[in-house]
Amino acid sequence: MTIYIEAIVTGLLSGGVYALMASGLTLIFGVMEIINIAQGALVVLGAYLSYALQHYFHIDLFLGLLLTMPLMFVFGVLIEWAFIRPLKRERTMFSILVTFAIALIIEGVLGLIFTTNLVTLHAWYITASIPVGGFYLPYIYVFGFALSVILLGGLYWLLYRTEFGKSLRASMQNRTAAELIGINVERVSAITFGIGIALTAAGGMAFGTTVPFNPGSSYDLISRLLVVIVLGGMGSLRGALVASLALLVIEDVTSVAWSPVWASTVFFVLLVLLLIFRPQGLFGQREGRKQ
Amino acid sequence: MSMLEARGVSKAFGGIHALDACSITVEQGTISGLIGPNGSGKTTLFNVITGYESVDTGTISFQGTAITNAPPDKVFRLGIGRTFQLTRIFPRLTVLENMHVAAQRRDFKGLLSRWSSSHEQQRALELLDFVGITSLKNMPAANLSYGQKKLLEFAFILIAEPQVILLDEPAGGVNPTMIHHLADRIRTLNQRGVTFLVVEHNMEFVMGLCDTVTVLHRGTKIAEGTPETVRNNPAVLEAYLGV
Amino acid sequence: MKTFKSLRLPAPEAVDQAGSARVAIKILKIVGLLALLVVALLFPQQLSPDTATTGIAVYTLMFAAAATAWNIFAGYTGYIALGHAVFFGSGAYALGVMCKAWHIGNSLLGGGADLSLLFLHIPADYAPFVLVPLAGVIASLIAVPLGWIALRTRRHTFIVITIAMFFVFQLLAENNIANLTNGQSGLEFPIPSWTYPFFNFPFYYAMLAILVLALAASWWIRHSKYGLGLLAIRDDEDRALGLGVKTETSKLVAFVISAFFVGMLGGVWGYFQGSIAPPFAFDALFDVIVALMAFMGGLGTLAGPIVGALILEPTRQYFTLYYGASGYYLIIYGALFLVIVLLLPEGIIPTLRKWGSWWFASRANLKHIASDTEELDQAGPVVVDQAETGEGVNL
Repeated sequence: MTIYIEAIVTGLLSGGVYALMASGLTLIFGVMEIINIAQGALVVLGAYLSYALQHYFHIDLFLGLLLTMPLMFVFGVLIEWAFIRPLKRERTMFSILVTFAIALIIEGVLGLIFTTNLVTLHAWYITASIPVGGFYLPYIYVFGFALSVILLGGLYWLLYRTEFGKSLRASMQNRTAAELIGINVERVSAITFGIGIALTAAGGMAFGTTVPFNPGSSYDLISRLLVVIVLGGMGSLRGALVASLALLVIEDVTSVAWSPVWASTVFFVLLVLLLIFRPQGLFGQREGRKQ
Repeated sequence: MSMLEARGVSKAFGGIHALDACSITVEQGTISGLIGPNGSGKTTLFNVITGYESVDTGTISFQGTAITNAPPDKVFRLGIGRTFQLTRIFPRLTVLENMHVAAQRRDFKGLLSRWSSSHEQQRALELLDFVGITSLKNMPAANLSYGQKKLLEFAFILIAEPQVILLDEPAGGVNPTMIHHLADRIRTLNQRGVTFLVVEHNMEFVMGLCDTVTVLHRGTKIAEGTPETVRNNPAVLEAYLGV
Repeated sequence: MKTFKSLRLPAPEAVDQAGSARVAIKILKIVGLLALLVVALLFPQQLSPDTATTGIAVYTLMFAAAATAWNIFAGYTGYIALGHAVFFGSGAYALGVMCKAWHIGNSLLGGGADLSLLFLHIPADYAPFVLVPLAGVIASLIAVPLGWIALRTRRHTFIVITIAMFFVFQLLAENNIANLTNGQSGLEFPIPSWTYPFFNFPFYYAMLAILVLALAASWWIRHSKYGLGLLAIRDDEDRALGLGVKTETSKLVAFVISAFFVGMLGGVWGYFQGSIAPPFAFDALFDVIVALMAFMGGLGTLAGPIVGALILEPTRQYFTLYYGASGYYLIIYGALFLVIVLLLPEGIIPTLRKWGSWWFASRANLKHIASDTEELDQAGPVVVDQAETGEGVNL
């Protein structure tokens, strides 16, 4: 019984971290209608940045975020400006190809700098654990979850309590209308993209603490993130959160109840099943007819 | 028996009641007008009749048979064609190809055959000629002007030989010569037995063309009758002037 | 019939010029195609400098066929599927399993049995090729339920669901589903007794045959009523539905047809490789490479996917040969990707056609055909997203 509780708890906690990574992705989609395939690679980049800061400069992982997040924010804005903004027609389609290309380049660069050997992030709170109920919970899960709560809370505050947030939500609902009422949709898009990437810095750090990674880890990640946002409903932050939690819990419980081998397959099969009955995901909009 | 009938149709989008117990009748062989201020539910009524939207309550019937909530392809096959306010044609196909899309065949052999077969092509060219855009036949539809697109949409509806045609603002954004031309085409077809239901804001167009006019306001019918009767109806004036 | 009075009809000579130009282009194209076919047939034995080049040619033809098949679905309907590796891998595994189960082809120890099919006597080395169409059929059978599920969604969701399906299949293969795939260790194929340089030739011709078939299918579809329906779906699916096009069936059929060809390619590829394993049979890069080729050449055109493959695949092979799967290869490939997508959004063929039609229009003075009284300022072909037109200029 305890192992199930443990599975659920760790599932929830790591789900929080996934929610962080997925939120950026779904937010970008919601505002810009583009699918950022590079999200996985950017998470890995964030992980490597944290690794570099820790390994070479001995900066604590969480403190390092104060550097990596702004850095990634700027990086995100640059990517948007250079590669996404020029896309005029069929943005969604081309954004997939463009962001995939960016992902390849990031992967290549990381491979050159850090080689393809697996690395992990080290800190006292990764190995040390706290006794909870009948099992031991590594501190990092709790800290990572706390980080997610803080950042997602901050995102919520930004979206619902600030003027910028209002502009962002308006752009999400109706780009043209937002432009017509004077919102600089291009600037909103750039900043949104930047925010989405900044979140991956944090997500990457948390990700890197739980699992050994290398530049090739991005493929598995992006597929899982895409599944999460489709399951939650593309463009829905609430959906991203719920879907992340649900899927991670299901995965961890399956791993324990059945076998680790089938855990990730369950992940995908559930998605397909849900989409048969509800193509728009949990909280998404039904892609409907025009006029 | 009326050609097309909507009875007690209601449709709400969230809190907005686009249609509220709306009932209209279109008699066979007439050119009926459907007018009303913006937001009165005209396009929604069209959408509901042709299956692009579903009704919340009420029934739609075509020649006595119920077709409520039938999907768009079924409605089209039954013989009800419709144009859209913002013309919906196939921009990347040529004008001629656009015509052939609407001329659907049921059999397999038809599907595998080249679409430029002589019989169909002839009919398509005839119709293009009828509306007056024959010389544009190989042009990608995206390159057409707004007026030309309207004519194209009108033409490809015709290729399926519908019994009823619903026109959503055919005269909108079109120059006077073209309007005259359109009205002329509609009358010619009407003389051949096609029933029309026309949504329009252009009063001159409606009054000059239609046999009967129905007025919608806030999702329900408020007046019905000949153009003259409706024109002088105080309720109609009130609805339009927004008092 | 009364025609619209103010439309200016072109002078007869101008129309004739256009007509005869079109005929000339058609003849040129047929001649060109035949010439290409001759070159392709002669290539491995007469024209290819070395075995490595022939090897690259095998892959190039494979991707050209894959891109053409993918284009039948994605190019014509506009639904971007990024999970076709499912069919490639399924075809590969299907052929491998069949060869193993029915003892087709040369065994590792040599001396496999020859095949007697009706009145044909097929040497053991060639026997697996006979099963390739069957591998294609198996792939297309898998495509039916997958397509049915995926096509219930639109646009973005569709793309993601195809990606998800891909990962499911990769995982299933890794986990040795139904004890068929032998999990991570991979599956062995019979080894033919051919020696180099001959070894590449049968595979080369097999890929070429599939390419020709796929191209023929693509051409047929494009000119049929069915294909027109697909293109209408691409432009405005609901409008097409409202005009009587059977959208659901049409999409699914196109999906299955494209899966059939990709499955066959997988089968031939598997035999070519000798042994296959899940990460290679179900390769995440497969779909993106195929999609890029189709986009680069021109999505929805006939020659586009082939042109894209002819440019991209030899480049990729060259890079892998000389730089290996290192960081450099990824960076350069990714940069190439970006450049192509950003600079040639329409693809090569449509861009060429655009230039061609401008040239023709200026030569034959056809500028005035498009105008009516409202349109004097928009003279000249203002080309916007020009996809294939049925008659006339048609690649």
